[in-house]
Amino acid sequence: MRLYADNAKCSGCRACLVACSLHLFGENNPKKAALAIVPHFPAPGTFEVNVCTQCGECATVCPVDAIHQNEKRAYYVDPGECTLCMACVDECPEGVIFTRPDLDYVWECDACGDCVDVCGPSALWITEREEV
Amino acid sequence: MDGYAGRMLRVNLSDGDITTEPTPEEVIHDFLGARGLGAYLLWTEVPQGADPLGPDNKLFISTGPLSGTLFPGAGKMDFTTKSPLTGGYAGASVGGMLTAEIKYAGYDSIILEGTSPKPVYLYIDDNAAELRDAEAYWGMGSFALEKRLKDELGEEFQIATVGPAGENLVKYACISHDFGRQAGRGGVGTVMGAKKLKAIAVRGSGGIPIADTAEFARIAKEAYRACKEAELLDVWTRYGTMMVTSWCDENGALPTRNFQSGSFEQGSSIYAPTFREKIVVTDKGCFGCPCPCGKYSYSKKHDVYVEGPEYETNGMMGSDLGVGDIEDIAKANQLCDELGLDTISAGGAIAWAMECYEKGILDRDQTDGLDLRFGNAEATFALIERIARREGWLGNLLAEGVKHAAAEVGQGSEKWAIHVKGMEQSAYDTHDATSMLLAYMTADVGAHHNRAWAITYDISVGRDLVTPEKAAKVIELQHIRPLMDALGCCRLQWVELGMSLDYYAPAMTALTGVEYSWENLLHISERVWNLTRMIWVREVEGFGREWDAPPSRFVEEPAIGGTTDGKFTPPEAAQRMLDYYYEQRGWDDDGIPRPETLERLGLAELVEV
Repeated sequence: MRLYADNAKCSGCRACLVACSLHLFGENNPKKAALAIVPHFPAPGTFEVNVCTQCGECATVCPVDAIHQNEKRAYYVDPGECTLCMACVDECPEGVIFTRPDLDYVWECDACGDCVDVCGPSALWITEREEV
Repeated sequence: MDGYAGRMLRVNLSDGDITTEPTPEEVIHDFLGARGLGAYLLWTEVPQGADPLGPDNKLFISTGPLSGTLFPGAGKMDFTTKSPLTGGYAGASVGGMLTAEIKYAGYDSIILEGTSPKPVYLYIDDNAAELRDAEAYWGMGSFALEKRLKDELGEEFQIATVGPAGENLVKYACISHDFGRQAGRGGVGTVMGAKKLKAIAVRGSGGIPIADTAEFARIAKEAYRACKEAELLDVWTRYGTMMVTSWCDENGALPTRNFQSGSFEQGSSIYAPTFREKIVVTDKGCFGCPCPCGKYSYSKKHDVYVEGPEYETNGMMGSDLGVGDIEDIAKANQLCDELGLDTISAGGAIAWAMECYEKGILDRDQTDGLDLRFGNAEATFALIERIARREGWLGNLLAEGVKHAAAEVGQGSEKWAIHVKGMEQSAYDTHDATSMLLAYMTADVGAHHNRAWAITYDISVGRDLVTPEKAAKVIELQHIRPLMDALGCCRLQWVELGMSLDYYAPAMTALTGVEYSWENLLHISERVWNLTRMIWVREVEGFGREWDAPPSRFVEEPAIGGTTDGKFTPPEAAQRMLDYYYEQRGWDDDGIPRPETLERLGLAELVEV
């Protein structure tokens, strides 16, 4: 499974980020989310949503094998194993592996789908990965 | 203090002192946050008789308990101050991302006091807060400065600015945020300009403490689901508040040529489908909104980006000025936003001037050459600039607001100065809608619609009826809608999608750990309403019934054309509505809360101080 986003439908409200932080950290804090909204204002006036495509590059480059797949075949980082070497962060083509100064590990989208539930304009959805 | 950041930031602009202090728990308990906290602080901290533009007045920027949480529409906050436009209470709400960011930075309220000797901006990055030089930004427009600050500080910073109108102390200057959101009414931007505070930039990395996280998330997700499944979600999201334009036009409520008529012969050219098709680029939501009313637009004709026009601007910069081209309205909207003018008050002031011009009371010398007839969009653009910069006799006059301008010009023009308490009326014609007229007469900031949008009720029960039930409806709405302003969330999920009000009390209980019932929340809202009334009583000498008088146009002159052709509300009918209202509120015949009312609401001790 993976998360998909339609930029044209996103209104930039960030409910998805809060739902995400509640799932991942049990905290109401959008700065701890595993997807990103990039506003482009005042021109051209659009939102860009960056989500994990579950490409697996992160797991490939991780030198300590801290990145695994869950039952949905979505990648996740084991906080206990992560050494914060930043290899995955540098490698991620979407820029959706996140860090914070107060945490000693990185995190990414585990395709839980909580963001989808709170997206009013239905700009987000989760489905089986399209095989390339 | 779950649900709250727990502290307030106090910024003294006179001496540059910045301190933090705990948010008073007993005040939150009695008044909630945002609008409620702001009203309490205004009452207790601003001395009676303070000059709104002097150092004694303060500007309170307050978030609410729901602000920044996972709750539908949790993106609202309140700017509270003593109004330079009306001399009374001003509370202006704004959406966007600011309220969430202030809370993540760890503040329930930012208290701005004193007056800076030179232009500055307030920089907040979590615990770091400082005043920075803003000499280089003075004179800049709102969009331009927001872009510049984001470029300099980073996209994550949320920005609030005043434009040239705020710097020039135009009495209805707004505070702008998020490329198109404004705390519009009552001159909150004028106060910020008077304090020489050009902007606020804030970034926060913290979270919001929740008493019962699992339960709060469960309620919030259920509320989001209800919004997503609402029948009206698609059409509402497509058009936003513009949806109401055609309805108003058909029902004689679309202000036209300074509220002379409630229907506009070019109406269909400014209806929502034309707007969506011609200029809308993106739906733009405030924080946590499942049904974004914001429509970000681009006018090819004028080569401008603007958020909007939303309905109020469409009415006040469109039909009320006789302007029937949606791209011209978008341009006027953009000018007001960039210069930092409230579109409603600016529209009301210009409409009044246009009527004066057409009636021969203002001549072309006085307009500095502008051919100020209704429908002249170019003249409108020019006049907006002049008002914001106080250029010329007319620009300077209109910058004072329509009540002042009419008093100065006289010759009967007071009769078509459409205001209550000195605040220009927003975009619903009230010739023939007694509840809505009462809502305007009694709104706690002046003639603004958002405290009680009762016009659909008028139409459903009989628009010219004068009954105690109508007054009761206005009071009910005046408690529910401003309650949302005290919770720090938007009302439109309830108003437009029909999201149940049953979510609010359980969400507040799970968030704060304090047991709330809906009745309890409404009781707090009534307390806040009465406190804002007492601010008027304290600040305005001789305050009383005449301050609730309707604009004379609606009670003396019949509407011209449309479905309300020939209709007006007899003055005695308006007064009878006011009698019903005062009685039900527990106010005396002069509209002053009775001692037993203040006692019942737990305000007696506070207001005696």
